[in-house]
Amino acid sequence: MRTDLAQIMQWVPERAHVLDLGCGDGTLLAALTEHKGVQGYGLEIAPDNIATCLAKGVNVLEQDLDEGLSNIVDDAFDMVVMTQALQVLRRPDLMLDEMLRVARECIITFPNFAYWRHRLHLGMRGRMPVSKSLPHEWYDTPNIHLSTFKDFSHLCDRQGHRIIDRAVGDGDHQLHWSAQRWPNLFGQVAIFRIER
Amino acid sequence: MPDTTLSSSVGLVTPQTATFETDFHLACGKHLPGFELVYETYGELNATASNAVLVCHALSGHHHAAGYHHLEDRKPGWWDSYIGPGKPIDTRHFFVISVNNLGGCHGSTGPQSINPDTGASWGPDFPIMTVEDWVKSQALLADRLGITRFAAIVGGSLGGMQVLQWSITYPERLANAAIIAATPKLSAQNIAFNEVARQAIRSDPEFHDGWYEQHGVLPKRGLKLARMIGHITYLSEHSMGAKFGRDLRTDSLNYGYDVEFQVESYLRYQGDAFSTRFDANTYLLMTKALDYFDPASSHDNDLAKALSNTSCRFLVVSFSTDWRFAPGRSRELVNALVKAKKPVSYTNVDSPYGHDAFLLPNDHYEAAFGAFMRRIYSDLNQGAL
Repeated sequence: MRTDLAQIMQWVPERAHVLDLGCGDGTLLAALTEHKGVQGYGLEIAPDNIATCLAKGVNVLEQDLDEGLSNIVDDAFDMVVMTQALQVLRRPDLMLDEMLRVARECIITFPNFAYWRHRLHLGMRGRMPVSKSLPHEWYDTPNIHLSTFKDFSHLCDRQGHRIIDRAVGDGDHQLHWSAQRWPNLFGQVAIFRIER
Repeated sequence: MPDTTLSSSVGLVTPQTATFETDFHLACGKHLPGFELVYETYGELNATASNAVLVCHALSGHHHAAGYHHLEDRKPGWWDSYIGPGKPIDTRHFFVISVNNLGGCHGSTGPQSINPDTGASWGPDFPIMTVEDWVKSQALLADRLGITRFAAIVGGSLGGMQVLQWSITYPERLANAAIIAATPKLSAQNIAFNEVARQAIRSDPEFHDGWYEQHGVLPKRGLKLARMIGHITYLSEHSMGAKFGRDLRTDSLNYGYDVEFQVESYLRYQGDAFSTRFDANTYLLMTKALDYFDPASSHDNDLAKALSNTSCRFLVVSFSTDWRFAPGRSRELVNALVKAKKPVSYTNVDSPYGHDAFLLPNDHYEAAFGAFMRRIYSDLNQGAL
């Protein structure tokens, strides 16, 4: 399992009512249901992913995140999670507020643009970074709002949300101690746990 | 019966009739002194009677949902694309039941049946049915067939509304519900279209207040108009444009009122065919059942409250160009289910074919519906249902 997903598994309480934004093929929700008795829904737009979720018995709702969550009432969930989708949204700031409207707490993961390899790519080669966590070229990337570990902390402060916990992940490898010490430089994937 | 479809077809099927002799009380306050239901089944019921799937039909539908009645039939049942071996409702796995609703004109008790009180056909005296009445009568058929709980109940359009009503009336009697191209209630525009259709029928001089049979005539012109209006709402602007455009039947305009455009010819043909095969009184009462359907109305107009006792898993499907029951209507239902914290999945299938899309082959629709049904089958095998 991806390190960001493994971290989320630890943070989500038993039997929580969870909304997963951009749930993909339903891997996280299926695991949360199996191991933590979680109930909830995933929002997704790709037809293939929707069919895969249905085959797994994961509740999936076709909904475009850029259209917001206005169809969901306040405090409908215990927890909202969004993995690797923040950077593709038109307005990540508005989504953050929306997430903390429909639940008291949320977990967000996204690629940390300040990761040292990305810095090296831009700083030394003078070209937009292409890496395992950011595999696209600048012209075809869906990632229109890239940010760093620090940037996101600032956004949370600015919008008055409290960061309960944060961690870094690096795809599928064991984390190096340096990433815990200097997350903005050595963390490949940023993982934030926030409450309103 | 075309041989090419045989491997994925349920093949030749024979309708059956179930007779119920007890009084059947209806939402309108009247009652039927017993009734008959005509139905078809496909596939085999398993030893524990846990693999039954009920298919509910739409406004002009009937019990013949899949397969062929005769070797020479050109067309199969109305939902043959989705029922059969290897299809989303896989008859190798499920025992499928498809019923002609009460008030229908395909064999179940309806306006053309004999009213035991008068010895003549019911005609317009046949009581107006509601979706709740249909669901209750279907439950009696399920009892008769030894099915206490359906693995799934599925239906499109008015059929989807029956599925929704099942989940509310008999929560313990279904494990899964597939509600396709439906709505939790009709909009003012939907009711308006139905009213135009009804007025078309009722103003036909040969309607005779519904006693046309006694006069030895049929209100064909009215029924034809009603069908033409209905048919427009089943298609999308795009699908009509793609199919007919502004194509003419002749080489040039002839400055008259005969059929000139292909679309006129098509609508007249559809209307004519329907006007002789469907009963006008049945059409009227089916449109009323649609108009009346509103399960939230008895729960402070709160749909989430109406759904609070449901215990099945839901699949809701809409189609992008459906403007009869637009995707927004399905989303209303989904939002209420989410608010009530019920297990639900929803997909809005991209299709150019409007409301009729629920009957037609479509990769995304088949993949989603098929995945949902296969999951039910695997749950069955693991004893989870």
